[in-house]
Amino acid sequence: MGRTRNFYLQLGFTLLVCAFLILPVLMSIVAGFTENFFIGVKSGLTLRWIVVVWDLYAPTIFRSMYIALATLAVTLVLGVPTAYVLAKRPGLVTRLIEEFLVLPVAIPGLAIALALILTYGGFRDFRTSWMFILVGHVLYTLPFMVRSVLAVLSSFDFRILEESAASLGAGFCRRFLGIVVPNARSGIVAGSLTVVTLSIGEFNLTWMLHTPETMTLPVGLADSYASMRLEIGSAYTLVFFVMIIPLLIALQRYGTQRIKKVGRA
Amino acid sequence: MSTPGPGTAIRLVDCAKTSPNGTRALQRTTLEIASGETVVFLGPSGCGKTTLLRVIAGLESPDPGGRVFFDDEDVTVLPIERRNVGMVFQSYALFPNMNVEENIAYGLKVHGVPPAQRAQRVDEMLQMMQIGELRERRVTQLSGGQRQRVALARALAVQPRVLLLDEPLTALDALLRERLRIELDVLLHSLGVTAAYVTHDQGEALAIGDRIAVMNQGALVQVASPREIYYRPRSRFVADFIGTMNRVQGTVRDGALELPGGRIPWNQEAVGTIEVLFRPNDVRIVAESEAQLRGKVAQKFFLGDRTRLHVSGVADRMVVVETSEHREFSLGQSVCLRIEPDTLLRLRE
Repeated sequence: MGRTRNFYLQLGFTLLVCAFLILPVLMSIVAGFTENFFIGVKSGLTLRWIVVVWDLYAPTIFRSMYIALATLAVTLVLGVPTAYVLAKRPGLVTRLIEEFLVLPVAIPGLAIALALILTYGGFRDFRTSWMFILVGHVLYTLPFMVRSVLAVLSSFDFRILEESAASLGAGFCRRFLGIVVPNARSGIVAGSLTVVTLSIGEFNLTWMLHTPETMTLPVGLADSYASMRLEIGSAYTLVFFVMIIPLLIALQRYGTQRIKKVGRA
Repeated sequence: MSTPGPGTAIRLVDCAKTSPNGTRALQRTTLEIASGETVVFLGPSGCGKTTLLRVIAGLESPDPGGRVFFDDEDVTVLPIERRNVGMVFQSYALFPNMNVEENIAYGLKVHGVPPAQRAQRVDEMLQMMQIGELRERRVTQLSGGQRQRVALARALAVQPRVLLLDEPLTALDALLRERLRIELDVLLHSLGVTAAYVTHDQGEALAIGDRIAVMNQGALVQVASPREIYYRPRSRFVADFIGTMNRVQGTVRDGALELPGGRIPWNQEAVGTIEVLFRPNDVRIVAESEAQLRGKVAQKFFLGDRTRLHVSGVADRMVVVETSEHREFSLGQSVCLRIEPDTLLRLRE
């Protein structure tokens, strides 16, 4: 099939847009490896800045990871049963609860953070621990978990699967863990990836909630941009990419798989 | 595990069900299903038959005052998971996260059957339902008929006290439905399991049921053998719901029922104008000399194993006649008919 001039025009435009978006990323990566960015690549490539970032900010990287995992654990424990109840009893009340759950996504993170500080800031130990950030992250990411699981539960009749398991003698826990959860797996996986990705990258809330002892990676990034050499900030960004890009790819894969599975038996 | 013993009798006493919005899904119902018996609940959609099945299953609890017994045990307050019932759903409800074998083994696993016995029982079930080659298949890869077999195998594997089937054949195409209906009938009776079977298909009900419980508007209308339901319906609803029923008006005079097309001997007590009912296959097409009634063929339908004629002039309305004769009828042709008086039916309501 011959391709028309239109095709090449569109392709060209698309590539241009992609380049516009990707170029800054590439520049940033190059900067992270360059001896002196103002002189350019001819000043030589180095891993020095990565080492500096590691020395200065390694704790923020680990903290971001375990906060993300803790957020995931909490959203799984809260979100999956919530989605189950919402799917099982569709009605005005559950609909309202669902909308209510989504509110933190619409409200600016700074406002939520301020509300948390006003309410719980008085509890010093809590305020200065990483758990304070965890609470913020859970508030922000929970709706994504609930929505994702809810979407899968709405795509097949899990009630009748439960009834059928019950007729075979399975009590509630057994049905929930052995039938509902495995069949909602795609939604749980997609939700989990979303939650971890969002938590690792969360800045708005965390910036307000953190203390010097509970700095996370994105907050550390802002700190390095503001107070360090450009090369260090760029190297730091590089570390962030290494963490977040595999998650994004996995998210993309599971997200599309879920759509294919809708409508199965 | 041994082969299933004689089934459990089911007894419903004053079971009603009011849905949360206040409508009566099921009127107060009392019914006994004998051990090993298959009772088919038949009725139009929304007649309460599925509700009744769910009350037996324990998926719904009856309104206060209602009781459900399995043999002499009162199971009213037991949830379904403790009643040991086998259920087959219209959509089969196989577990998509498990293959065929795991689906069948699920109930055994829940009941704590040791792996060796479990495997043996699964083998037995696969063999009984003739689906051995599907063992490793995912349920998403099965056809409707295969799913049906797996669903039955899964329900029977745990040797349930009673087997409950909710429109199990409805989702299948006609040919397969016919075949599985026969298989199911043989299976239910050879296992001797007590079964409650819900359907809206009268053919299925007549073929499978030891007794049929016809339901309408949440109430049992008639509970009787298929033959009795067919030939001795107790109400218009039953008569009209099952098969085709002719309903004509005639006048009783001098020991005969007079119709526009002739006279039929009449020895039941009744006078004046009455309504009588009869089945299309109770009317015989006869020679002129034997004729009681005469009419003209208004419409004809060749159905393969029989021919259905709509005959005008016999009664106040069209009479449906069925014959298995091979001869050809033409429109407008005169036919002579005969009805045995004892096949005529009168209904009070």
